[in-house]
Amino acid sequence: MIKLDSKIPKGPLAEKWTIYKETQKLVAPNNKRKLDIIVVGTGLAGASAAASFGEMGFNVKIFCYQDSPRRAHSIAAQGGINAAKNYQNDGDSIYRLFYDTIKGGDYRSREANVYRLAEVSGNIIDQAVAQGVPFAREYGGYLTNRSFGGVLVSRTFYAKGQTGQQLLLGAYSALNRQIAAGTVKLYHRREMLDLVVVDGKARGIVVRNLVTGEIERYGAHAVVLATGGYGNVYYLSTNAMGSNGSAAWAAYKKGAAFANPAYVQIHPTCIPLHGEFQSKLTLMSESLRNDGRIWVPKKKEDAEAIRKGLKTANDIPDEDRDFYLERRYPAFGNLVPRDVASRAAKERCDAGYGVAPTGLGVFLDFKYAIERLGKKKIEERYGNLFQMYEKITGVDPYNHPMMIYPAVHYTMGGLWVDYELQSTIPGLFVAGEANFSDHGANRLGASALMQGLADGYFVLPYTIQNYLANEIYHPEIDIKTKEFDEAEKNVKDKINKLMSVKGNEPVDHFHRELGKIMWHYVGMSRNREGLEKAISEIRALREEFWKNVRVSGSADNLNPELEKAGRVADFLELGELIATDALHREESCGGHFREEYQTEEGEALRRDDQFMYVAAWEYKGEGQMPELNKEPLKYENIEVKTRSYK
Amino acid sequence: MKFTLKIWRQKDSRSKGKFETYQIDNIPSDASFLEMLDILNDELIRKGEEPVAFDHDCREGICGMCSLHINGRAHGPDEDVTTCQLFMRKFKDGETIWVEPWRAKGFPVIKDLIVDRSAFDKILQAGGYISVNTGNAPDANAIPIPKDDADVAMDAATCIGCGACVATCKNSSAMLFVAAKVSHLAHLPQGKIEATRRVKAMVDKMEELGFGSCTNTGSCEVECPKNISIAHIAKLNREFLKANLEA
Repeated sequence: MIKLDSKIPKGPLAEKWTIYKETQKLVAPNNKRKLDIIVVGTGLAGASAAASFGEMGFNVKIFCYQDSPRRAHSIAAQGGINAAKNYQNDGDSIYRLFYDTIKGGDYRSREANVYRLAEVSGNIIDQAVAQGVPFAREYGGYLTNRSFGGVLVSRTFYAKGQTGQQLLLGAYSALNRQIAAGTVKLYHRREMLDLVVVDGKARGIVVRNLVTGEIERYGAHAVVLATGGYGNVYYLSTNAMGSNGSAAWAAYKKGAAFANPAYVQIHPTCIPLHGEFQSKLTLMSESLRNDGRIWVPKKKEDAEAIRKGLKTANDIPDEDRDFYLERRYPAFGNLVPRDVASRAAKERCDAGYGVAPTGLGVFLDFKYAIERLGKKKIEERYGNLFQMYEKITGVDPYNHPMMIYPAVHYTMGGLWVDYELQSTIPGLFVAGEANFSDHGANRLGASALMQGLADGYFVLPYTIQNYLANEIYHPEIDIKTKEFDEAEKNVKDKINKLMSVKGNEPVDHFHRELGKIMWHYVGMSRNREGLEKAISEIRALREEFWKNVRVSGSADNLNPELEKAGRVADFLELGELIATDALHREESCGGHFREEYQTEEGEALRRDDQFMYVAAWEYKGEGQMPELNKEPLKYENIEVKTRSYK
Repeated sequence: MKFTLKIWRQKDSRSKGKFETYQIDNIPSDASFLEMLDILNDELIRKGEEPVAFDHDCREGICGMCSLHINGRAHGPDEDVTTCQLFMRKFKDGETIWVEPWRAKGFPVIKDLIVDRSAFDKILQAGGYISVNTGNAPDANAIPIPKDDADVAMDAATCIGCGACVATCKNSSAMLFVAAKVSHLAHLPQGKIEATRRVKAMVDKMEELGFGSCTNTGSCEVECPKNISIAHIAKLNREFLKANLEA
């Protein structure tokens, strides 16, 4: 049993963070340069944290598997970043952003963390603008905003459809400045494969140099994981091909609790699947729902005719179109939260109204917005997204509605962290999508960028000092100890095992099969029978993997197949934990929908009396059932209600 | 669809490389170029051969990780796309396709189609930033920025650092890449303060790392997947001149 102490500071909600900062321990400038911090991952959370640590005077080592920190998958975030600036004078406030985030997360996140997130959100925009991030502006020169799902205000800042790119390039530029200053050392094309724990504290990592194949060790007084989410367990997702859960999984096996793995976000607006060879799914930004209207035909025969190519969307008159989100949720319409929009699309397609050749697709139509605003305005707002859609599908969305379907996008679950973003292993901090902390069971649009940068710029630089203040007497970490030897041996043994199977099926085959199991049984809609089946099928597939995988090439040079094999081996374990968590949570909340628990109208039915807690899973050894630890969630500043967007 | 592929194979940076020929069949026209390579690799693995190594990650045209010279063109025969967004329907059935890594002194080959682009990081480390520490920023609306300036800055900042401009330039110049960053920051009031130091440091670093000079052929602009205009090079030249006059 792990003791889960969330370390929430005392005092009123709005003052907790101030109280924390005023009473925390600090590290003197002369001691900072004697302390080493490892940061793994160079996305928004990792790059911003490492740059800030470097500015403060710590010695930082930062790692990424890509060829450059700028490639991290934060770069692909499109729509925007939320901040409670109230520049639009539309009644926004810190409390309202906090409220929307807790409600959007279906009352499954921690109040104090979310409030702090809302509190620092404004600083992020200030910081980004100071770095030169070219957010969209009005003619008067001031910043402009748009709206995202699940809220009634316009608080989303954006840079065309490339907001993640611009924010990441901002954080990357701050990182570059510190690399030039010598406070941060960059290790690119390195993949973390194990965490080193010495006397109960995180003291280093073991990585594989992806170019030479060498196994390398690095020590530090604290380790920060900012390694992103695990959506690629599902094979097809909007994640980058290399996005993986291996660093988090290594930490889990070394004693870090894994929280709420079942909370996976399925994004409603992605380009539908078109073939077996397909390697990934492409997101079309949620911002499109500001101006696009989602519909399917009212008549089944029209849907069928469209599927067969006998009719097109433009042949269906307005009165025969079912704008099902506007029909079911008049208050929020097309801007309901992602989980709600995804399930509604699935419901229509399952009922036979889908429009893609596979039956799995709905229309996202800009005809009405173009009539209202003109083509030029729409081009200005979404030009690059429209271009991307046309390149991929060969269809021009100015003249024909886009076809979209839900796809795996983001994981709310992740390593358990306390208020300081410290995991259950002292000295191991977790930031961004890799932790579980702020989004509950469903994340609102434009909040991932906010959380990643909040963690990296404005939370960790404080909280990590509170930990490091006690480490000033500890000399440089010795990497020749038995703990480092053991971790390196673990890594080498696993690589040797993978190379020596010499079976018949390539790694991708197993990944694809795992993805199918996950999507069918642990996807948008789950039930007991399916989840039990998923668990047994994953176990069988895992066994097959270790008997029959073929990893070509050798381990002593650049070998993408070996990289994939290690990641898929971990996904085959992580997938089982997701299903186990989903099976145990006998309620529906946010992205976790259990068919047994729904209202008569088909909406999610929470069971607060039994499940208002964070499920933090503890590793108990290979082949053993992980142990469930519970952190109860207390709502003292917000009334817990049934989430309604009607 | 059916293709003959002539692909550059090279064991590592020290070895000599050469083209190998592969025949591939049953490629769906909806497959992306990289998915076509996935299918080829699947076949190679099953035959016991080593798959072709290539860089890729987001597969949605924004991370800048994918590269490839395809039939002599950076990112292949489509406009405004990276290789991951190039689809096989752009090729003729039965066509022979030549696939090479970026060729430039500044980008040494690591293996097969993968090159080392860390020189780009080094150029940006030399000055591609605004020197502001975390927590020092004034309110984001404290300094209004004319929309036109912000829009030009955004167009420049759209560079994904893929290296197509270098690969396509006969001088292997990194001028468009450098200009995009210089121009992005020089158009913003926050970036003007360090403009002089920045442009000199970045241009010096570019030359030191073995990239050639710009002779205004404009080919970089043509192959840039993000349509970055050579007008930014003109801006760089003005900034560079200003910097030299001030010095």
